[in-house]
Amino acid sequence: MRTKVKKEEVKFIWTPKKAATAISAYMIGLFFIYPYINMLFTSLKPRGELYASPTKRLPQSWQFDNYLNVWSKAPIGDFLKASVVVSVCATILVLIVSVPAAYYVARNRFKGRGAFLLLVLATQMFSPTALIIGIFREVKFFGLLDTWLALIIVNAGFNLAFAVWLLSGFFASVPVEIEEAALVDGCTRFTALRRIVLPVTLPGLVTAVIFTFVATWNEFTVALTIISSSSRQPISTGITTFIGQYDVAWQYLFTTTAIAIIPVVILFISIEKYLVGGLTAGSVK
Amino acid sequence: MTSISLDVPKIKNRRPANSIINALPWIGPALLLIVLVVVWPAIELIRISLTKITSAGTLEGFNGLGNYRLLFENPDLKAIAIRTVIWVLSVVSLTILISLPLAQLINQNFPGRKFVRWAMIVPWAASVVMTSIIWKWMLDLTSGEFNLTLQQLGLQNGQPVDWLRDPRYSFFVLVWIAVFVSIPFTTFVILAGLQSIPHDIVEAAQVDGASSWQVYRGIKFPLLRNSLLIATIINLINVFNSFPIIWALTRGGPGYDTDTMITFAYKMAFVEYNMGPSTALGVVNFAFIMLIVLIYLRVTKATRVQV
Repeated sequence: MRTKVKKEEVKFIWTPKKAATAISAYMIGLFFIYPYINMLFTSLKPRGELYASPTKRLPQSWQFDNYLNVWSKAPIGDFLKASVVVSVCATILVLIVSVPAAYYVARNRFKGRGAFLLLVLATQMFSPTALIIGIFREVKFFGLLDTWLALIIVNAGFNLAFAVWLLSGFFASVPVEIEEAALVDGCTRFTALRRIVLPVTLPGLVTAVIFTFVATWNEFTVALTIISSSSRQPISTGITTFIGQYDVAWQYLFTTTAIAIIPVVILFISIEKYLVGGLTAGSVK
Repeated sequence: MTSISLDVPKIKNRRPANSIINALPWIGPALLLIVLVVVWPAIELIRISLTKITSAGTLEGFNGLGNYRLLFENPDLKAIAIRTVIWVLSVVSLTILISLPLAQLINQNFPGRKFVRWAMIVPWAASVVMTSIIWKWMLDLTSGEFNLTLQQLGLQNGQPVDWLRDPRYSFFVLVWIAVFVSIPFTTFVILAGLQSIPHDIVEAAQVDGASSWQVYRGIKFPLLRNSLLIATIINLINVFNSFPIIWALTRGGPGYDTDTMITFAYKMAFVEYNMGPSTALGVVNFAFIMLIVLIYLRVTKATRVQV
């Protein structure tokens, strides 16, 4: 611990070796965002420049209007609305089922606890892709084809594991004594949960919310299979209808992807610290 | 505060040997959701694979292993299975090989490290379909970044390459995009492993005169074993399941030339309406994932402090 503090206090001194490290790291960073920079540049080009020969990397005349015009060129308002509704509802559903489960598992030993946790962990490993034919038939059985409700339930189910594992870790870190003191003082169990445990576990809750939201926002296969009418498509599948139907207007395609990508990237970066722990279910630490 | 702890009544539910009945109100909703979304589709898939089914999805009674026979008689299956193995092995091994040094790099201390890490999260957070479409544009025959760069460097005699339609390149392009989107998660898992290595061990070795390569080879790498194992297993499953990249860029085509077993099952079911064999392939795919999940559960159970 002491060495760690000391390291942070030492001022960074440039040496050739450190400069080489830093420069290669910057280049790697640039490499990973380059496609998205390219996307932004393309989204700001006028149509004529897209196929100009020879191509230029930067727009010659910057068309910020593309970001205004795109809304009337394709039904992206509808796509975004579908994505927001499905992602928000799936996130709420995940919270409703995972908070009690995670809390109980963190606080109590019971027969079947290990089995339950392993079952949850196993669902995290399955993606809907391999089960898609079964999912399709089940959704059809319930008469929910082409509905957002089906998307909400399936997405909640596959993202539940992350929330349960992450949150049970947070709940377990709250000392039982504080909670017991509250119970002695006359709080009900739910009041104790709400007033004492939840504030401490807020970072975990925020992480679970953002993770579920982003994962549902990006989900592709289930939406492709279950949603057939174009007016109910979320943005992840709606975007593919640009290709062909709207004469691949790449500048508008990329204004749309930029609108869809930038907010979730910012959200995802904000939970960086807890991502790995949640996804690998405590096995890395 | 201290006096309270003397005789606190124990919370009722903290008594040992609780029955699962008491737990049900708390874990029941989660169980129900898992049954609905994972267990039911899995059982349905297996049931249908043993049933005669029309292209419209109507069931016509027990069919034994008829669907499986049809699947294994399919002349395209062998090539697709081999390609799936190549796909999974090449993507996962390239991802791990590239992520190892990257994790080491972003674990170093340099100004702006936070921003480099943020940049590396972007492909992880962005939709895979959208990332694939961006790459499709960058690989475009006439307007793409890649052919522009090749021309500027005077390679290929100035002739553009049709990356996605030329069978010599298209599969490698798909492999590359899969590696690109898998690296961030993998790197961050390995980074977490590096950060958990105690400073004292590393410093002791440095004091004893070990070179940084010796420190990495002799101390850090062996301690990364768990992180690497977990990253490998999770990547095996993710890459096997990978659907959006192939679907967005080639639809498995031309023909079945870039299909994997996952896209092939989807294509049979939802494009060709060849339901019978597609459910059989679905079960084969499911069984493969199940196998890796069981390995994963064993590994994590062994490495986790408590389950």
